[in-house]
Amino acid sequence: MAFRESPFGELKVPLAWTAAVALIVAVVVAVALLMSDRRETFQSEAYGVTRQVGDAVAAPVSGALAAPGRWTGLGMESLRDYLFAVSENRRLKAELEEARQWRDVAIALRDTNDRYKSLLGLKTEPPIPMVAARTVTDSRGPFANTRLANAGVEKNIQPGNPVMSESGLVGRVIGVTRGASRILLLTDIASRTPVMIDRTNARAILTGDGGPNPKLDYLRGKEPVKQGDRVLTSGDGGVLPRGLPVGVAVKGLDGRWRVILASDAAPIDFVRILLFQDFSQLEKAQREELDRMPPPPPSGPVEGVATPPGAAAVAPKPPTTITATTVTPPKPAAPRAATPKPRPVTPKPAVRPAASAAAPAIAPPPAAAAPAEVPF
Amino acid sequence: MSLSAARPLDPWRWLGFPMLQCLGWTLLFGIPLRVFTLQLPEPVFCMVPAFAWAVIRPSIMAPFGVLLMGLFLDIFWGAPVGLWALSLLTAYGVVLLCRNWMVGQSRPMMWAWFAAACAIASLAGFLFTRLDARASPSLIAVAWQFLATILLYPFAHRLIDRFEDADVRFR
Repeated sequence: MAFRESPFGELKVPLAWTAAVALIVAVVVAVALLMSDRRETFQSEAYGVTRQVGDAVAAPVSGALAAPGRWTGLGMESLRDYLFAVSENRRLKAELEEARQWRDVAIALRDTNDRYKSLLGLKTEPPIPMVAARTVTDSRGPFANTRLANAGVEKNIQPGNPVMSESGLVGRVIGVTRGASRILLLTDIASRTPVMIDRTNARAILTGDGGPNPKLDYLRGKEPVKQGDRVLTSGDGGVLPRGLPVGVAVKGLDGRWRVILASDAAPIDFVRILLFQDFSQLEKAQREELDRMPPPPPSGPVEGVATPPGAAAVAPKPPTTITATTVTPPKPAAPRAATPKPRPVTPKPAVRPAASAAAPAIAPPPAAAAPAEVPF
Repeated sequence: MSLSAARPLDPWRWLGFPMLQCLGWTLLFGIPLRVFTLQLPEPVFCMVPAFAWAVIRPSIMAPFGVLLMGLFLDIFWGAPVGLWALSLLTAYGVVLLCRNWMVGQSRPMMWAWFAAACAIASLAGFLFTRLDARASPSLIAVAWQFLATILLYPFAHRLIDRFEDADVRFR
């Protein structure tokens, strides 16, 4: 039966009304989707299949679209390098001269720091593996500040992983799929980051609002912050490692303390994603490091006697704290050996204080010596 | 006025093609490019068809087109899913309601109407974000995006000019 011959064939429906009904249906769908969204929960299942598929498609497409701009930028940079090579050389020489002086200071300070750590038996954090990625999209609006990086689950990235640029903390991963990760920037309205003021150790929560300079909320104490104070991650709550550079505190036009982000100093083309989950991961890594240590020699170094140079060379390197310059490729979970390894009788920090305490009196390490080879 | 009297207006020409164009421009402006250390602005290209479709004529398919564009923006920009969809639909609905006042007005006046529609979408986004994240977005950031978006009116004018008289019932 043709439509015209049906009982409903002559039914006249005003188009304006049907359009209104269509609008209401679309609004109901949008409201339902908005209410069910849980993107900021840092849970894989909350991110949703739709977003994962969207990110997996958007990453290569945007990467291809961004390629001409990237090539042009590289070309311009090469041209500038060629034209300004002499002035750049002069500047670098001056910088190197200054850096040499700082290197000597740094070696001396590290020496002191390591001794203190040994004396206190302080547990230091082992290096965290990182993954390098390129950002391919950038949303800069008031309601969403995210970036898409071209590395995903295949590189062991998980939601919650901190992301850094060469200058400082950028944000955290909120969603991950094959070949792409969505990074929630510090400036996003949903971003909350526990931070501390380097000078006073005062704690605060860095709260994004869609603008370029996030706010410092929940500051405690009398004058906890001054203009120009450095802001670092505090590590509180265990979601981020402690001490990652965030930026510099400034007073905003609205009278609130805000942060000029360190990551804004340069374009965020490449990022490093720290494969950090929480502090239990660090403890596990530390245990594995202890397991890897060779067993102590039958007769340890006698207090007050200088350690022979040969022994110094094989001394295990002290674990370094997390720094922005530490890049370790992600290691797959190595299968443990079938034969149990002999564990050291005493843990590393317990052995070292005696030698450390004696070291300054006997042979203070020369400033120019290779730092990894100096026994403490 | 009924469905049976409707003169077909090719949906692909006035709905499909403009929608794809807007999504393409959104993709292009989403690349992380800095020109002389300044970032590109982030206008809401999808406001152009959302405004123009409501001015051209009421339609059953247009709201779903606006919904799709909004969902695309949410997924591509990483915003809460439904935020831009709802904001654009709010602006579309208001323009549809006020359509009889707008049609046939001069270009500067229509530009002002477009700015009002953009303001409604921005305000809706601001309020929904406030409810969703329990925090206020930066008004300066909202204003920058609003200013970048209202500059797109010439594209909306071109779309309206092309299809306004296509359906004689809605002249």
